[in-house]
Amino acid sequence: MTDADFLARLARRIREHVLRMTHAGRGSHVGSNLSVADVLAALYGHALRVAPSRPNWPDRDRFILSKGHAAASLYAVLAERGFFPLEWLANYYQDGSRLCGHVSGHGVPGIDASTGSLGHGLSLGAGMALVGQRDSRPYRVFVVLSDGECDEGSMWEPVLFAAHHHLDNLIAVIDYNKIQSLDFVERTLALEPLAEKWRSFGWAVREVDGHDVQALAATLDQVPFDRKRPSCLVAHTVKGKGVSFMENQVLWHYRPPSVEELASALAELGAP
Amino acid sequence: MRTAFIQELARLAERDPRITFITGDLGFSVIEGFAASFPLQFLNVGVAEQNMTGVAAGMALCGKIVFTYSIANFPTIRCLEQVRNDVCYHQADVKIVAVGGGLAYGPLGYSHHAIEDLAIMRSLPNVTVVAPGDPVEAAAATAAIAYTPGPCYLRLGKAGEATCHRSGISFEIGRAIKLLDGHDLTLISIGGMLPTALEVAGRLDSQGIEVRVLSMHTLKPLDDEAIVAAATETGAIVTLEEHSVVGGLGSAVAETLTEHPAIRAPLKRIGLPSACTYEVGSHEYLKDRYGLSADTLADSIAAFVLEQLKPRMVSPLRARHSQSRS
Repeated sequence: MTDADFLARLARRIREHVLRMTHAGRGSHVGSNLSVADVLAALYGHALRVAPSRPNWPDRDRFILSKGHAAASLYAVLAERGFFPLEWLANYYQDGSRLCGHVSGHGVPGIDASTGSLGHGLSLGAGMALVGQRDSRPYRVFVVLSDGECDEGSMWEPVLFAAHHHLDNLIAVIDYNKIQSLDFVERTLALEPLAEKWRSFGWAVREVDGHDVQALAATLDQVPFDRKRPSCLVAHTVKGKGVSFMENQVLWHYRPPSVEELASALAELGAP
Repeated sequence: MRTAFIQELARLAERDPRITFITGDLGFSVIEGFAASFPLQFLNVGVAEQNMTGVAAGMALCGKIVFTYSIANFPTIRCLEQVRNDVCYHQADVKIVAVGGGLAYGPLGYSHHAIEDLAIMRSLPNVTVVAPGDPVEAAAATAAIAYTPGPCYLRLGKAGEATCHRSGISFEIGRAIKLLDGHDLTLISIGGMLPTALEVAGRLDSQGIEVRVLSMHTLKPLDDEAIVAAATETGAIVTLEEHSVVGGLGSAVAETLTEHPAIRAPLKRIGLPSACTYEVGSHEYLKDRYGLSADTLADSIAAFVLEQLKPRMVSPLRARHSQSRS
């Protein structure tokens, strides 16, 4: 199996898990999970230097899912990579589970930071990156952000900070699916020109098709995009990607799939 | 207190490279020496308290012991959710330091008065809340919280506070320090009210009221034992805090007493009203306006103690006084 096939398969597995998990737990944010699936596949299947058998390895790359509402997809990729048993996914969002609807690292191997309230993850990542820089440690810090999250004022404080401190071991990936909670991003609080905003703040910015796992992997191989600058990868994505009736729909920010919808979504993905 | 804090922190930083000090662009004339001596253990994040707190948590998760520093409400309420989610949720080794607790920034106005911070901070999980009573306690508290695992909040005064402890102290998180002993009344003081508490105790003593004075420098975990001892061994309890009477020391002491059904000790909570300060004036002026000067306190507390002597409830104070009369 080539790397591209492996990543595509990993992304498909993430999507299958997410659909089953949100269906079983009656959880929301299925669209946000589907949009970030390829990014997570490229990270955990290719870019990140992590060791599932040693989740606390001091020099591992750090990963923070700042858009913590896409927790299901992170739990799915961690389980696929062997950080914990796949069986844990079955009672996501349900009574007594370890896996809650927003990322929690409590008792969950492989999670470097708990998130859920938007606009927190990049500061956490900047702090981790600063320690890496000051102590000459080899690890990088990857933070995945949502586009809606860029509404938060607290998002832009670390954007200033990371550029000022030349944190070239910090990489922000924006899952730019163009839809937020109630409506399209540009109709809610316009972000465009988004890449230019980050560039003007001093980040080295690239844009990529966020569903092209090969392009994602190749671009992530090139970080830092510029020495002495933090890197920002704007991943252009589609909310609900992979399931035709969920794609680019505001509805699937909150709605969990019914039995019939789950079956037809899984069929589209070619899942057994 | 801020000088005692920064000197102690420098001492710790010299021995322990994990100690890191982050300021939110405040500390003029206080932090320069530390910054020059420990450039890799110092950081000024700019006027960005949310980022300061998140960065601190991220650094702590990579092995550092991080002190965040700003004035009044900026390192706490301004970035409360970062404190809650990034620091407390992760049980991160972040020590939040606020200078100017209470009304210390007097004429700067309500925006700079930290008078709800203790209530808010003690409501958060996993946090140790400390408000030292004088510079000696401030230095000891700095060393203690550095090696108390997890989040801590250190509420300092500003500068020029009187020293209450004349000799070395045994400082332990969660253990009140007894500065004076007496049987009629216990004054429990937190933070910068300690010099006032001692002054009040002196005045009451001259009126024949013997006072125990406790410096309750740790609000969480609270020294329940010392409170119960005060309630059983002395006639009444008065709490003193430069903080709203809602949710701070008085509330915490009341919670402890309420849950000991055998104890019926008279309690008076003295602090600031739950109100915005609209008055303008110096620290001392404002304390006086709110009844927190030694003069006013001595009068109101003496009246409270005498009230307890009226024959309507059985208290150790009343029992002792009736014995002495017979």
